[in-house]
Amino acid sequence: MDNGLISLEKLSLGSIGRVKELITEGVARRRMLDLGLIHDTIIKPLMKSPAGDPIAYEIRGAVIALRSEEASKILVEKAQLN
Amino acid sequence: MGLTVQSTGTGALKEMFEVELVSPDDIVVALAGNPNTGKSTVFNSLTGLNQHTGNWPGKTVSNAQGKFSHGNKGYVLVDLPGTYSLLANSVEEQVARDFICFGKPHATVVVTDATCLERNLNLVLQIMEITNKVVVCVNLMDEANRKKIKIDLIKLSDLLGVPVVGTTARSGKGLNELKDMVEKVAGGKINPTPMQVNYDEILMNAIEEVEPYIQDLVGDQLNSKWIALRLIDGDKPLLVSMDEFLNIKISDDKTLLSKLENAHIELEEDKIYLEDLRDRIVSNIVKTAEDISSEIVSLDNKSNQLDRKIDRVLTSKTLGIPIMIALLGLVFWLTIEGANFPSAILAKGLFWIEDQLTVFFVWLLTPMWIHDILVLGMFRTLAWVISVMLPPMAIFFPLFTLLEDLGYLPRIAFNLDHFFKKACAHGKQALTMCMGFGCNAAGVIACRIIDSPRERLIATISNNFVPCNGRFPTLIALASIFIAGAAGAFSSVAATFSVSAVIVLGVILTLFISKLLSKTILKGLPSSFTLELPPYRRPQIGRIIVRSIFDRTLFVLGRAVAVAAPAGLVIWLMANITVADASMLTHCAQFLDPFAHLIGLDGYILMAFILGLPANEIVIPILIMSYMSTGSMLELSSLSEMKQLFVSNGWTWLTAVCMMLFSLNHWPCATTLWTIHKETKSWKWTWISFLVPTVTGIVVCFIVAQGARFLF
Repeated sequence: MDNGLISLEKLSLGSIGRVKELITEGVARRRMLDLGLIHDTIIKPLMKSPAGDPIAYEIRGAVIALRSEEASKILVEKAQLN
Repeated sequence: MGLTVQSTGTGALKEMFEVELVSPDDIVVALAGNPNTGKSTVFNSLTGLNQHTGNWPGKTVSNAQGKFSHGNKGYVLVDLPGTYSLLANSVEEQVARDFICFGKPHATVVVTDATCLERNLNLVLQIMEITNKVVVCVNLMDEANRKKIKIDLIKLSDLLGVPVVGTTARSGKGLNELKDMVEKVAGGKINPTPMQVNYDEILMNAIEEVEPYIQDLVGDQLNSKWIALRLIDGDKPLLVSMDEFLNIKISDDKTLLSKLENAHIELEEDKIYLEDLRDRIVSNIVKTAEDISSEIVSLDNKSNQLDRKIDRVLTSKTLGIPIMIALLGLVFWLTIEGANFPSAILAKGLFWIEDQLTVFFVWLLTPMWIHDILVLGMFRTLAWVISVMLPPMAIFFPLFTLLEDLGYLPRIAFNLDHFFKKACAHGKQALTMCMGFGCNAAGVIACRIIDSPRERLIATISNNFVPCNGRFPTLIALASIFIAGAAGAFSSVAATFSVSAVIVLGVILTLFISKLLSKTILKGLPSSFTLELPPYRRPQIGRIIVRSIFDRTLFVLGRAVAVAAPAGLVIWLMANITVADASMLTHCAQFLDPFAHLIGLDGYILMAFILGLPANEIVIPILIMSYMSTGSMLELSSLSEMKQLFVSNGWTWLTAVCMMLFSLNHWPCATTLWTIHKETKSWKWTWISFLVPTVTGIVVCFIVAQGARFLF
């Protein structure tokens, strides 16, 4: 995307993303918020399942697997490792 | 088609409000917490009950209440559904919220996971908005220690303004302190003043618009500020609950509605619309949790490295699925190999008892037919069921529980999710299938963890394609005598291989049927899927053995025995009551024979399956009894005698294969059907759950039988 945001499933393993936008509404959005995915939350792709989808992410200390359908609705900015 | 939330679960959850008090002085304590924080373990340790535990989110699917006493007072502990939040996104959340809000518990214990505290604090903060009578239980302290995660509990208590107790529930550590704290909070000796979420100014202004009026309506019994915010956020279920539990008609209160309207107008002036509002509320809660967590938790960077390393192997592209199948094979190999010897000993012992019984009956001078019914009919069936079932179960259940406690099951769901997505089904269906290995009725109940009613029905209908523990003995026995028999020294390997193959076939059929259902009577797209992969936990071997033997093995065996004894009686009668020079059993078998032959079976086998409806465990005993002209079983001290009996009744390898396939695919047992009806509250779906595996079984067996006959 033009503003430097990429959808989460495109973030490569080992890199770190910062959540900037959720492009979903209603219950699906609420569930993501419940996972703690608010603005600026750090999210780390940890591992892919054997078929490459879903992918497990580290979110606020928990490991959560998301299907590509869900991950594509989370826009992140690639963050620097520190 | 009546797929409403009401028809599939709320009823069961509402039962929770009927708290049974022994005396009016009993103290009611609600137990809340995120899924998989060890809430069930805390519940069990406090009450001495045996709620199912395991390391995967959502395994507690039924609501439980238990009692304990402490300091000469009686307590009733109500286990609420595990939730991440209380913002009423699901029925579970609504029920948990309603109970804390309107169920008037004297205290609420929030169980949190010490290894993942930040996320757990979300729920703590939300509960503290509703009630001040909160005790926070930071559980799994041992796991946190192991991972070098340090938590300052005293500071946490200071920050939150409520008592905090650190526990390791599975070893009982800290539970007395927890009880003391509950006593103090419930009895008013401590009156916690919980911190409140720092909502930003814009939200505070909106709250002030509505709060005074709500204060007038509800008085001090509820936190009016919290209600104001929930209502501004458009929480309609809360309005309905307030009507119901407070007996005030608030949902169509004109003044309230106009005040809410004003608050919305004000927010819109600040460019905040309803969707943004929820974002803001949650963000405020999450940020508050983050702030607290950063002050009290100190993490070692390497804390979770071992978990990640294990995960990378267990879910790797090349090894993930092979390891899964290898583990499955290993479990079966250990079960088959390990069960041989104890089975033989048990059989010997039980048939020795039979001889003594015969001597005893002869001494009593009882008529021969009474002896035959009781000893040859009932006792022999029982003996067979026990000697064949007990050893494999006593090995299989602990092994399975070990995998469950380690946290491997969610990894299976993670590995397989892609296939379930392709089948338009839910990834958590893999978890319900795992439960089905133990018992399909338990698997059907576990389907409650799937939110989408469509996907839950798919999981329910197809659960029977996983062979339950009652069907393993059939599969294992047939594989051992007909397939492994030819393999010589590698017989247990060959048996393992064929049983594993049957299970893999079951998984493939599950996916195929799920897809078929998704394209026909249960049309729809996959719903959203998020699955938590919990940290691996060190299992407690001793506890696993005790628990799986007493809670599972003896329970399943007890049920089998309860069914097998009367079934033995019925079969004996059918085999011994003669109508027109043949027994009733023979008449029925002859009637079924032509059809059974088409699908590679014979009339007796098909009848054994039909008579085995109450429980799959008794199919083989019924079959053996039927083959005996006298209607009572041989003393089958070894499997080779069983093979002789079958071969002399015209069996070939094809009969064995078809029977294994039909065992995998046929109607669910009566208990499972009853459970499906209870869960779906619909005869239609119960019938469909009956028909789908049955038709599949007939089709599969027909193809195999006809194909084999054509080829060979």
